[in-house]
Amino acid sequence: MAVISYREALNQAMREEMERDPNVFVMGEEVGHYNGAYKVTQGLLQRFSERRIVDAPIAEMGFAGIGVGAAMVGLRPIIEFMTFNFSLVAIDQIVNNAAKIFQMSGGQYNIPIVFRGPSGPAVQVGSQHSQALESYYAHVPGLKVVMPSTALDAKGLLKSAIRDDNPVVFMEGETLYNTTWEVPDSASGDDLIPIGVADIKRVGKDITLIAWSKMVWTCLDAAKQLAEEGIECEVVDPRTLRPLDVETLAASVNKTGRCVIVEIGWPVAGFGAEVAYQMQRHCMDALDAPIERVTSDDVPMPYAKNLEDEVQPQVKDIVAAVKRALYLE
Amino acid sequence: MAQILGLPKLSPTMEEGVLVRWTRKEGDKVSPGDLIAEVETDKANMDFNVEDEGVLLKLLVKEGDTVKLGAPVAIIGKAGEDVSALVEQAKQAGAAAPAPAAVAAPKPVASAAAPTEPKITAPAQAKAPATPPPSPRPAASGARPAAREPQIAQAPTAKLLASPLAKTLAIELGLDLRTIQGSGPGGRIVERDVRQAADGVGSSSTTGNGHASDAATAEAATGHADEAAAPTQALAVRHARQLVPDAAGDFEDLPASNMRKRIAARLTEAKRDIPHFYLMRKLDAAPLLAFRARLNELLGDRGKVSVNDLVIKAVALALRRVPECNASWEGDVIRYYHRVHVGVAVAIEDGLVTPVVRDADQKGIGAIAAEVKDLAERAKKRGLKGHEITGSTFTVSNLGMLGIERFTAILNPPEAGILAIGATVDEPVVVKDQVVPGKRLTVTMSCDHRVIDGALGARWLQAFAELFEKPESLAL
Repeated sequence: MAVISYREALNQAMREEMERDPNVFVMGEEVGHYNGAYKVTQGLLQRFSERRIVDAPIAEMGFAGIGVGAAMVGLRPIIEFMTFNFSLVAIDQIVNNAAKIFQMSGGQYNIPIVFRGPSGPAVQVGSQHSQALESYYAHVPGLKVVMPSTALDAKGLLKSAIRDDNPVVFMEGETLYNTTWEVPDSASGDDLIPIGVADIKRVGKDITLIAWSKMVWTCLDAAKQLAEEGIECEVVDPRTLRPLDVETLAASVNKTGRCVIVEIGWPVAGFGAEVAYQMQRHCMDALDAPIERVTSDDVPMPYAKNLEDEVQPQVKDIVAAVKRALYLE
Repeated sequence: MAQILGLPKLSPTMEEGVLVRWTRKEGDKVSPGDLIAEVETDKANMDFNVEDEGVLLKLLVKEGDTVKLGAPVAIIGKAGEDVSALVEQAKQAGAAAPAPAAVAAPKPVASAAAPTEPKITAPAQAKAPATPPPSPRPAASGARPAAREPQIAQAPTAKLLASPLAKTLAIELGLDLRTIQGSGPGGRIVERDVRQAADGVGSSSTTGNGHASDAATAEAATGHADEAAAPTQALAVRHARQLVPDAAGDFEDLPASNMRKRIAARLTEAKRDIPHFYLMRKLDAAPLLAFRARLNELLGDRGKVSVNDLVIKAVALALRRVPECNASWEGDVIRYYHRVHVGVAVAIEDGLVTPVVRDADQKGIGAIAAEVKDLAERAKKRGLKGHEITGSTFTVSNLGMLGIERFTAILNPPEAGILAIGATVDEPVVVKDQVVPGKRLTVTMSCDHRVIDGALGARWLQAFAELFEKPESLAL
């Protein structure tokens, strides 16, 4: 076991999977000579050469399409978007090709591809670069959507994503790259984490907080603060939005009787709404209060730092939602 | 913002109430839990505590008025607010009974809208007033209907509101939600209310309300000035009801009080729907009278035990011996109760109530005597709380002190049995072929034949008779 960063965990996952399978390759903007815009591909060019670490031009639609084609003929591409905001110009390749070819070809072509890159607001990068787009992709049948919150989950889930025979949208937390976590050695063989399995990040009895990616950390902070007031929050991280581990989430809500869903995306048609639907569907008789959602405000991200912070879910917002759900307001 | 206060549900079965007395006047500042009025319900005079902070801007009903559940009674808000629009709204709502939910339960709507209001108008401004809103004009100025908290019409308030968990728990714990007051928005019963009720804290709604009404009770008990005023006032109001003489003067119509209406409805239903049958048994009362005399001698001036108290204890123990009679008909099941709660019919002015001695089988005779005394006294002052008059599993009705030798009582649903106690009578009895003076008391058991058959009822009366005639066993 070693404590490593989220960035290092992703790097290890790609390195180990490339060692394991010669069909795996990485393509994206500045992934090679510049070692990645966020240094996630650090050192991979030296190890695997330009044949497998491919610097692409600024043309997301193009290299995403090349990735889909490569996957059709048996390679296992990892397509890096500098940020998922830029995936919007490639979304036709992801939604209309990657997600549908297996079904539309009658099962003749499966698409073992990973689209990965940072996602969610960072710090003062403007409206167009501060979006949480997981709800877009989680909407699409044929895609898997993975959103790890810790280095441990990042490594284990990226390895599973690379080995998966279907397209996986792997969204990394842009502000999580420097966070650290204890991660088992690959030699131990137990560093794989299956897609579609939620993880309880903190055990509690009074209320369930459901969050993914960066919001798991915010929820853990809120839980710590609430614990001082005697409120024990259970923080559950689905880790994968599609497929969603409804069983684990519902078991927790059935235990606590209350649920707050926290996401950094916008409120309308956000993925949390689907989670809320599933929870009321499966936990009806256990609920003591309406399910609460905490989201970013329903506005494009402002640039000013103070406003940028206010728009996003903060500890105080989660604390307030928890107290509403507990009728403690 | 000013809002209309509707008449809350203060007893499990109330549909309307008489506003007996305002304890606060227009212009008074009130905080959550404050007593603002006393309301005569079908069961008892209940406290009306507010849930909101503010100033009582307008009292919409006069003392003595009958008000439908949920109908507007007052307007609360900030000092100096213009309430003319609300008064108009209240008038219309009052005219259209039952009152619309939006008026009857303003709280959920208001509280749901309040937290999101800043978001609707201008989030940036509201949250960081020092900085001008940077959001693009279209977003800031207008069409963001999705962010608006919808004002959803509420269901009629007469409906019992409880969270799904509260309902599940109530079933598991065998509690009647109608006897529990909710502390959630709009009076929703939530988990903590059910747990509190299960812990025997009772139905005194929120902590705030609970404290307030406890305090009120304490005041009444200690003879606070309010206490003297309350019954007088209630009396005055009742007498103020209009007598409607017939033109010829042959009779007069006295409008039925809530309690009379309730008694009429319940007893008609009970006598019509329950197949009653009656078992009578004459008992030797001499040992019990001697036992009672001995107990009172021992008690001295620390209290007094009545025949009725001993009967309550004997009934409770007999139900333990023959638990099949501690039951109720529930349509497709017979419910057998694990605990023995004995109701005691108490006559009060204009009606009767049945306060409950809980777990009477486990209480000592002295404790039962003290409890019955307290309950009966408060019943006469209409000071009983909802949980004190509900939940009995068997009832005792005694008219012996009024000289009635025997009578048959109507069952008190959902109970399957009620025992009517007659007077102790001196009469000649035959002991060892000799006629000697004796003391006899006749009891009559009314049974619900759907639950209790003749032989079973007789077996219960046998157990009761053994306890009654060998009263030392009541102390075991």
